[in-house]
Amino acid sequence: MANPLEQFEIKKMLDVDLGFVDASFTNSALFMVLSVAVVGVFLIGGMRQRSLVPGRWQSMVEISYEFVANMVRDNVGSDGRKYFPFIFSLFMFLLAGNMLGLLPYSFTFTSHIAVTFAMALVVFIGTTVIAFAKHGVKFFGFFLPHGTPIFVAPLLVPIEILSYFFRPISLALRLFANMTAGHTLLKVFGGFVVAMGVAGVVPLVAVVAVTGIELIIAFLQAFVFTILTCIYLNDALHMH
Amino acid sequence: MPQFDPSVWAPQLIWLVITFVALYFLMSRVALPRITDILEEREYKINDAIRKATGLKRDAEDAAASYQKLMADARAKAQAEVRAVRERADGEAADRHAELNAKLSEEVSRAEAGIADARNAAFDSVREMATEAAATATERLIGEKVDAKSVDAAIEAAIKGAS
Repeated sequence: MANPLEQFEIKKMLDVDLGFVDASFTNSALFMVLSVAVVGVFLIGGMRQRSLVPGRWQSMVEISYEFVANMVRDNVGSDGRKYFPFIFSLFMFLLAGNMLGLLPYSFTFTSHIAVTFAMALVVFIGTTVIAFAKHGVKFFGFFLPHGTPIFVAPLLVPIEILSYFFRPISLALRLFANMTAGHTLLKVFGGFVVAMGVAGVVPLVAVVAVTGIELIIAFLQAFVFTILTCIYLNDALHMH
Repeated sequence: MPQFDPSVWAPQLIWLVITFVALYFLMSRVALPRITDILEEREYKINDAIRKATGLKRDAEDAAASYQKLMADARAKAQAEVRAVRERADGEAADRHAELNAKLSEEVSRAEAGIADARNAAFDSVREMATEAAATATERLIGEKVDAKSVDAAIEAAIKGAS
């Protein structure tokens, strides 16, 4: 039986050495490029006619736009408009990455903690910078919510700070763990299908069911990552 | 797990930055403005159509109201005219009726007068004839001329007694 973790292996496709850093084009990079291509073709292709009454493809493009736009509007408010392109790109990138990863023989770049943590860190640092730019030193008040009795402050402030710094970690781990676990599970069941011969129909049914669930998870995790980004952005812009 | 091998981190991160930045610019410069344009245009068109429709509806309501008013006015005017014509006709009829009545009663009275004259004339001639006949008859009977005055008085008395 094949090692279920083998699918997460990074394979170099083109050696690029910048001297100080290894910038080789890998299977992970290929699927990042493919995600950008898929999202770009989907959005630009769908809007090529720009008709007032949209067709099917254009409707799908508009639905994805409205979906993220509503998310930003509901969770951040009108001053979140400025960050809409970033949040939209983030959502589409993760969604395309997760979905492409479900294709057989493909690679899921969101199953690598380095990738998810880098994205979470960008969100974390970005929102923190925005918060300081907007509120200055007053941002430290974020760690002591209004109406807190002063005697619990020594206990509450460290907890708040800790939970704040755990944000990128939970954000990165959630996506990474979901993707890794799901794909490992699929691979394990897939191995059983081959190993069990005729009785392999049972794990085959399970694989079909799990694939369905994985499709939902692929969407859901992209959504969760994006909506948490919106919530953190809202905290940065409006504090509590 | 291959994920925790630090040697594969750098190439992934570099390509993550390259691809995500490319996607960001593709979205913010090309794709999203197109979608925003069309959505705004659609919203503008819809609002414009709604505004136009509201205006047309108001116009239609105005037209309907003025039509109703026109109809009511025309109806009232027509009724007033009908009433005036009827009153005039009634008045004329009454006049003619009165005229006819007057003429008829005049003719009736004239006829009555003629009848009375004729009756009187007939009466007088009958009386005259009666007087003459009475005088002649008396003369034949008694053989002497009778005084006209006494014959008259006798006839008068006879008529009075008869009537």
